[in-house]
Amino acid sequence: MALKPRQRRRLIRTLMYVVFVAGFLVTIIVADWARIQRLFFNVDVMQEMLPDVLAIAARNTLVYTAGSFSFGLVLALILALMKLSTITPYRLFATWYIELFRGLPALITIILFGFGLPIAFDGFRLPGGTLVTGSLALGVVAAAYMAETIRAGVLAVPRGQTEAARSLGMSSSRALGSIVLPQAFRIIIPPLTNEFVLLIKDTSLLFVLGTTPLTKELTKFARDFMTTTRNATPLTVAAIVYLLITLPLTYLVRRLERRAAVSR
Amino acid sequence: MTSAIEIVDLHKYFGELEVLKGIDFEVAEREVVCVIGPSGSGKSTLLRCVNRLEDPTSGTILIEGEDITDPDADVDRLRTRIGMVFQQFNLFPHLDVLRNLTIAQTKVLKRSQDEANEVARAVMERVGLLDKIDEYPIRLSGGQQQRVAIARALAMNPDMMLFDEPTSALDPELIGEVLDVMRGLAHELGMTMLVVTHEMGFARDVADRVVFMDGGVVVEEGTPEEVLADPKTDRARRFLRMVQEK
Repeated sequence: MALKPRQRRRLIRTLMYVVFVAGFLVTIIVADWARIQRLFFNVDVMQEMLPDVLAIAARNTLVYTAGSFSFGLVLALILALMKLSTITPYRLFATWYIELFRGLPALITIILFGFGLPIAFDGFRLPGGTLVTGSLALGVVAAAYMAETIRAGVLAVPRGQTEAARSLGMSSSRALGSIVLPQAFRIIIPPLTNEFVLLIKDTSLLFVLGTTPLTKELTKFARDFMTTTRNATPLTVAAIVYLLITLPLTYLVRRLERRAAVSR
Repeated sequence: MTSAIEIVDLHKYFGELEVLKGIDFEVAEREVVCVIGPSGSGKSTLLRCVNRLEDPTSGTILIEGEDITDPDADVDRLRTRIGMVFQQFNLFPHLDVLRNLTIAQTKVLKRSQDEANEVARAVMERVGLLDKIDEYPIRLSGGQQQRVAIARALAMNPDMMLFDEPTSALDPELIGEVLDVMRGLAHELGMTMLVVTHEMGFARDVADRVVFMDGGVVVEEGTPEEVLADPKTDRARRFLRMVQEK
């Protein structure tokens, strides 16, 4: 029996939907909910984790993020200005830096800072433990991404702004600091917030630096807790805490972007 | 007496293209000079060379006797004496009007915030927009923005003002208010003004001298009557006929 194209499209669409709903229902029916609850949503384990997962793990995650973001932002600003410079060696350096660290896995950079440098420089160790080593390593990586964002922001400020500032007698650095950068940063708050969210997640890589009970961030904390309790609930808890931090931020970015789109 | 602006044998290349092919002229103190000519004739480039927004390829520009084209010249300091008004206003959108008017006063001239605020109010009064001093530029009409831009330049107490097609980006009904403010500067303050414009009416009424440029050279200059009413050259006649047909 021949179907008209329209009928055939409708049949295919209905079939797809049936498969989707069936798969969903089967999973729900077949799953052993009691077991899942015991292993993933175990209230006893949750209670056992509770003070430390927030007071130590979540706190460390945020501290590492803040450290790497602030260091990365400063470095990114310098790199962005180098890339915008008329002096060729600066520009080349910034370009190579950005290509290098965007092209490498963050884990490589973290290992380099934690273990590569001590080997290369004969026992040289950065002071300040995980916080400093981790912030430097992640900051160096984040700077490569944020430098491009800042550069785009600076270029988005019309040339006339600099000209107006200069014609009022401002030096080029004054015009940059008082007129161009404030406008550029307003433009790039959404992408910078995205970068912040990425960094929150990347702090989970810092476990390779080795941790003590007090320096664990969320992922490492959850994993160790999982090993001792032989239960997957810590992972669920860590996931929820991550989402509690990242979801409001991504929501905020969407709102800022919408507002920017309206005002334009 | 030294001229406010003295331009000697000014050449400007953009790459291979010679935009200014040897310009000589002077603007005396308290004089209003209008530069007219077809687009691409180099008028804006000339104006932008005067405060070194463009670097001249060769030639000399003296600002009240000081050579602004000298590599050792303190260009930032000289620019505080030269107010500049742009076609696109170029107000700072992230600052309210008051901060637009005070930021360079405090940071460049090192005036106190109180003094800067006072000057800002005085110049806003002059351009007739004192009630808009707390607004952000985006909330103002084009004509109002341009008047604020004039006030921003005036707040630095410049000795002279450069206007780069100040009404070309405006809707026709908003041009008059800006020209009125400029007329006031010329007549009441005796401001030295170099104005690149397409407003022949303004040039006729306000200018002491009109300079007609074409193809990177000054083709004609003289009083408004001489240049606008009785041009000597074909090129000027053709241009004026075209402008007046509009």
